[in-house]
Amino acid sequence: MASIWEYANPRKFMSTTDVILPWIATLSGIALVAGLAWGFFLTPDDYRQGSTVKIIYLHVPSALMAINGWLMMLVASLIWLVRRHHVSALAARAAAPVGAVMTVIALVTGAIWGQPMWGTWWAWDPRLTSFLILFLFYLGYIALWAAIENDDTAADLTSVLCLVGSVFALLSRYAVNFWNQGLHQGASLSLDKEENVADVFYVPLLVCIAGFVLLFLALVLLRTRTEIRARRMRALMARERMA
Amino acid sequence: MMPDLGKYAGAVLSAYAVSLAIIAVLVLWSLWRARRVKAALEKVEARRHGQG
Repeated sequence: MASIWEYANPRKFMSTTDVILPWIATLSGIALVAGLAWGFFLTPDDYRQGSTVKIIYLHVPSALMAINGWLMMLVASLIWLVRRHHVSALAARAAAPVGAVMTVIALVTGAIWGQPMWGTWWAWDPRLTSFLILFLFYLGYIALWAAIENDDTAADLTSVLCLVGSVFALLSRYAVNFWNQGLHQGASLSLDKEENVADVFYVPLLVCIAGFVLLFLALVLLRTRTEIRARRMRALMARERMA
Repeated sequence: MMPDLGKYAGAVLSAYAVSLAIIAVLVLWSLWRARRVKAALEKVEARRHGQG
């Protein structure tokens, strides 16, 4: 079996993703359409939340990917800092806009759900606030990459920012457990069966989560390929200017 | 067939509309940028080979 470090070679990464990307994108489309259609059309209303329970199929997967997207960036940033593999730094860069969009979807769908259920679009609740800060970290990370011309310096500084932001990614996940206050309820999915949503909502929710994970993966691979090409182009153009 | 969403129809439909629109924009933007960068790189490489 090939070592994972082989994919740090841009050529190997490009040839492998050339084959697997269409499959991941297709599977993501199928899972998203199936999960969302199942959840929207075929599940009943909740006895307390009414039809707003259908928002769970967008809100929970996007929130999950917002946090795990940052954690993926953290792993990629650590690989860059320790092993100096360019592909990992570029993968982290590629994931940031996707994670930011997931955070926006989680915030917007949460607000739309909160208005009829809590009577307010927004509350300075620990989880909501840490999520908003996570979104600001995503914006800061994207802006820092754009602001620095030298790719290696940008990768170094954004990796450090990513380490700091990881505190808020973890807080977003565990805020409800750390501070037992605020409006936001506990986890909808958990290894503890007692905490999970009712079975009728559970399976379509899992399909939607699979769809969002695959969508995230497909977009990150596509965007990493773009970043690798953009980096090569900048290197070639710099060589042209020097000649 | 459209399910009966009752008094929360506006909230549910707007959540789906906004989310799907945002995802569509992200996918289209990623594809557009991928195509644009690929074409630009091919142009630079062709110029380089032409010189070499």
